[in-house]
Amino acid sequence: MIRTSNLAFQYQKDSPLLTFPDVECPAQGQLLLLGASGCGKTSLLHLLCGMLQPTQGTVNINGRALDRMTEAERDAFRGQHIGIVFQKSHFLQSLTVLENLAMPAFLHGAAFDKREGLRLLEQLGIAHKANSRPRDLSVGEQQRAGIARALIHRPALVLADEPTSALDDGSTAAVMDLLETQATAAGATLVIVTHDQRLKDRFGNRLDLTAQPQPA
Amino acid sequence: MKLNWLYIAWRNVGLKKLQTALSLVLLAFGVGLVSLLMLSEKQLSDTFDRNIEDIDLVLGAKGSPLQLILANVYHVDAPTGNIRLADAEKVIRHPYIAEGIPLAYGDNYRGYRIVGSTDAYTAHYGGTLAEGRAFEASFEVVVGAKVAKVTGLKVGDEFFSAHGLQDETDVHTDKVFRVVGRLEPSGTVLDQLLHCTVSTIWEVHEGHGEAVAPEDREITAVLLKKRNPLAVLTIPNTIRETNMQVALPSIEINRLTQNFGIGMNTLQAIALLIMLISFASIFISVYDNLLARRYELALMRTMGGSRGRLFLLLLLEGGLLSTGGSLLGLVLSRLGLVALAQLVEDKFRYDWSNIGVMPEELVLVGLAIFVGLVAAAIPGISAVRIDTSRTLSEAQ
Repeated sequence: MIRTSNLAFQYQKDSPLLTFPDVECPAQGQLLLLGASGCGKTSLLHLLCGMLQPTQGTVNINGRALDRMTEAERDAFRGQHIGIVFQKSHFLQSLTVLENLAMPAFLHGAAFDKREGLRLLEQLGIAHKANSRPRDLSVGEQQRAGIARALIHRPALVLADEPTSALDDGSTAAVMDLLETQATAAGATLVIVTHDQRLKDRFGNRLDLTAQPQPA
Repeated sequence: MKLNWLYIAWRNVGLKKLQTALSLVLLAFGVGLVSLLMLSEKQLSDTFDRNIEDIDLVLGAKGSPLQLILANVYHVDAPTGNIRLADAEKVIRHPYIAEGIPLAYGDNYRGYRIVGSTDAYTAHYGGTLAEGRAFEASFEVVVGAKVAKVTGLKVGDEFFSAHGLQDETDVHTDKVFRVVGRLEPSGTVLDQLLHCTVSTIWEVHEGHGEAVAPEDREITAVLLKKRNPLAVLTIPNTIRETNMQVALPSIEINRLTQNFGIGMNTLQAIALLIMLISFASIFISVYDNLLARRYELALMRTMGGSRGRLFLLLLLEGGLLSTGGSLLGLVLSRLGLVALAQLVEDKFRYDWSNIGVMPEELVLVGLAIFVGLVAAAIPGISAVRIDTSRTLSEAQ
């Protein structure tokens, strides 16, 4: 499902080269990428979803080589096959929560099933906020709405970037449960990038980014 | 439920209500003012053109030629004086002159001029009777459409005239005018006048003990149609020794509109300035929104929105603002014209009722929408160029 090899990335010509261990995860598997702040976690996540283009190495998602696509192809591929959960959820402030859920389908030209959207919100316990503006949601509700948006278009891969760093222990457990069960229910592969040590024991399959030797 | 770009743009524009309102109001005022100027200029020149149609020369007393035209063709100024009927008839009989329509006036009814002339005057402007008949005897009056509407005069009514052209203090209570007909609206000066025979005007004043011998009879002016183009050169020579002059309506009106033009140009410059400010406002509002909405745009990129489509969204938002503002401007200019028409009608007694959209205005609106799009495109380009990855990292 995901396979990278010899991945390295450099922001600018004179900035340091970030290298990453090879990441592998089977379809419908779940993988935790753990690392301290500043080790390039977010860069890796952006490489995995094609928002960044690697300086060297390859990224394979679902048998497609992202590093060989044009930017527009990567945009389209990401829109269709990848859902992203952000640390702090961003929404289109002018649209309602439900309309924000319709956004991924709209952007890659698919039909949006309103009942499906409401069912998902129901499962996440925020169906009553379907017609609210995103800013009227609490942080926890926003995080759940963010998860709903990442899953609504049934992507093959869900990437979560620090999904729990803003949450207390109770909410962390709840959000992780939701992420795992929803990803499983949707048949999606789940990759979580975090520095949150609380998540360490939840996942058998994890990769410690800081443990890797960094070549000079 | 199906989203579309127009809906998203609409909602985005609606999110910043104050900013949107400011852009709309500014653009509406700019476009409105320019279109109002265009409209009033057109109405003015239409009115002028309708009334000088086929009048080649105006014969009247010496004085300002422009005043002669304004007084006798448009009936908005005081006449330059009177001329002797006998002198005027010599000019009318000149071989280069095809036709002469005599005009005599000096009295008013509630501010509307009572003009003595012949049937040819009404016929010249294509006036037709709405009711009653044409005047035949002295003191029989055919009222113009506008006069009838305002004063309520109808066939069979009788009234006294007042001496002078405006003032109603000196009323001739000894002579009774009788309405025998009413004209259809013609959009010309006919609408604003009360029509009677030339001799009526003489008789009103004879009654004052100013008995006038037939050879001393006077009229105010003659509207002339030429038979030969040389008339324009010849006639002034033949009347050099008299108290008369001839003026060319087309030349005098050209002079007048050129003088008007300076004021018009100033107003136009101010209107363009307002439009410019409104474009700056659209620019600032799109630009300002973009700073706040960078994350939203990055987010749409992560969900598969390409740069091109996001750019189109921003253009659509600018387009909505400039289209809305322009259309609002057209509505404003019409309201302005109606208000102005009330004002001008009282003062100059002209009716401006045609307020359809002119082709020039469509060009104006097209231009405004285009510049609005450009004002949105400039910040839009830099907005869609942003590095999605970096924007999202900074947001964390």
